[in-house]
Amino acid sequence: MDELRLKSYRFRAEREADWRRLEAVLARAEGRGAASLSDEQLLAAPVLYRAALSSLSVARATSLDQGLIDYLESLCARAYFFVYGARSTLVERIVRFFARDWPNAVRSLWRETLVSFGLTVAGAVSAYILVTRDPDWYGAFMPDYLAQGRGPAASTAALRATLFDKGHGHDLSAMATYLFTHNASIALFAFALGFALCVPTALLVTGNGLMLGAFVALFVTHGLGLEVGGWLAIHGVTELSAIILAGAAGFRIGTATAFPGERTRLDAATEAGRRSGVVMAGVLVMLLCAGALEGVGRQVIQSTPIRYALAGATASLWIVYFYFPRARSRLDGHR
Amino acid sequence: MATADPASARAPAAAYDNASPALRRELVTPEGVDLEVRLADASERAGAFLIDLVIMGVAMIALTILVGVAAAATHNKTGGSIMIVALLLIWFLLRNFYFVAFELTPRGATPGKRLLGLRVASRNGGRLTADAIFARNAMRELEVYLPATFLFARASGVDAWIILLGIAWCAVFVFMPLFNRDKLRAGDIVAGTWVLKAPRRKLAPDMAVKAHAAAKGVAFTQRELDTYGVKELQVLEEVLRRYEPRTLKAVAERIRTKIGRPADPQLSDGAFLDAYYVALRGRLEHRLLFGRRRRDKFDAP
Repeated sequence: MDELRLKSYRFRAEREADWRRLEAVLARAEGRGAASLSDEQLLAAPVLYRAALSSLSVARATSLDQGLIDYLESLCARAYFFVYGARSTLVERIVRFFARDWPNAVRSLWRETLVSFGLTVAGAVSAYILVTRDPDWYGAFMPDYLAQGRGPAASTAALRATLFDKGHGHDLSAMATYLFTHNASIALFAFALGFALCVPTALLVTGNGLMLGAFVALFVTHGLGLEVGGWLAIHGVTELSAIILAGAAGFRIGTATAFPGERTRLDAATEAGRRSGVVMAGVLVMLLCAGALEGVGRQVIQSTPIRYALAGATASLWIVYFYFPRARSRLDGHR
Repeated sequence: MATADPASARAPAAAYDNASPALRRELVTPEGVDLEVRLADASERAGAFLIDLVIMGVAMIALTILVGVAAAATHNKTGGSIMIVALLLIWFLLRNFYFVAFELTPRGATPGKRLLGLRVASRNGGRLTADAIFARNAMRELEVYLPATFLFARASGVDAWIILLGIAWCAVFVFMPLFNRDKLRAGDIVAGTWVLKAPRRKLAPDMAVKAHAAAKGVAFTQRELDTYGVKELQVLEEVLRRYEPRTLKAVAERIRTKIGRPADPQLSDGAFLDAYYVALRGRLEHRLLFGRRRRDKFDAP
């Protein structure tokens, strides 16, 4: 019997072993990570990938074996994602994030941050004025589940007690965790809502300011202004900054989508989204710090001056970290 | 007649992914080869998401029970509070980082996506960065959790109407993948990603090898081979892969009629098709080497 003389068959027979090798390397890398590859495999991967790509080109041009072409397309796509996928390790990425990416991204959002900050202040001031004139407004700004009995009807002594509660009967760590997850959800929400052309984010940020103003006004009318300042500022500096930044990130996405300028809407949204994505990852870190300060620091530290000192320290820390000019380094290279 | 050729056997033979051209996208590697990737369609993505949701739900329930049992076993207050912390954190992490953690792996896919052969990729063909993954999943807040909150909310009177309006508003984001060419959801738009169909395929055996062995050297004239093109050859390949006697018989009869070759009692339908497959492929590949690809039977030979 004569042998099979199809060129496509001989082509396949000659190269199949290389494809199998590439497949084995990929299966290992996808299953257990690139670190599990031996030096030999790691060096072979790009070579085998290029060989497979060349096979694909040849097969498309000369072979009519559809099963083979489908297989090579799938193999090349997998290899492509492996060879050109992210290379840096987790530690490198984290260092880069804190050293460069996060502060850079925050700085580039300064305009949105100012707007977000302005809205919070506007909300706080208007709620403060309204509640000072007529305490009945308090209920309109403060949802019951957050007020926890702190209302206009409460006595001064009762209000003072809430500010200097050592956490008896309360569970510090559980409380801190709850506050963190709660605030993180609000921050993520402010960010995602930005996609709906900024308006819902603006509402959320302003609403946050209204609550703050109403809360402060309540204590000031009871003569506890200084104390409530310390009580709020110890964690509020970090927490409010985080929520303001989340709002800013949302605004950036919304404005880029609404007014893309010379780019296409899709490109503008993508560019804004990546930048604000970095900011948002940092916002979660800030909220984690705020949660720790609020749940633990505030209960442990009972003296108002120390609370103010800590608040001032965190505020200057964040400002220096984000906005202090720094030298360009090699990490900036390909950005 | 359109039905009198192997193309009529196309309907059952869809093992290979003959995706509609609308979902094909160009992905040119730095080496200059177009990988011709295929986008995942909305139903596959919804399916993957449902699978992930079930996994998350089961994990949450299982961990809650586990933590509950452990808390009951410690019998003291500190133990209980540690459990509450653990539980809050577990819920938070599952809700916000389940997708992020899995999409950061080399496979670029959550378990649901893996099961359906999907993966996340960067739209510009570049690297899939961590911030893109984070951004695309933070948007789920708007696409999943907010509508879910509205759906489970209870109210009456004006509030009910507000909730209804809220659901309608959310629907804009929930159904976004259905209304754009690249099937992008809000998170994909913001992160510059898309979801591709990238299944792992096994290398199927070359049908020519088996067919050649079974063909017993049956020869065809050039005129007989010039009846069909590449498309018909691929359908025939599919028919031979399945090797169902009824289909074989029908296809063999149609080919015989078309090329005007009387049935040979010595040659079974399967052997006839095998022989024709090898011969046709040889002929078409030969023409291919001379730069002539005959797309289908309507194309001039």
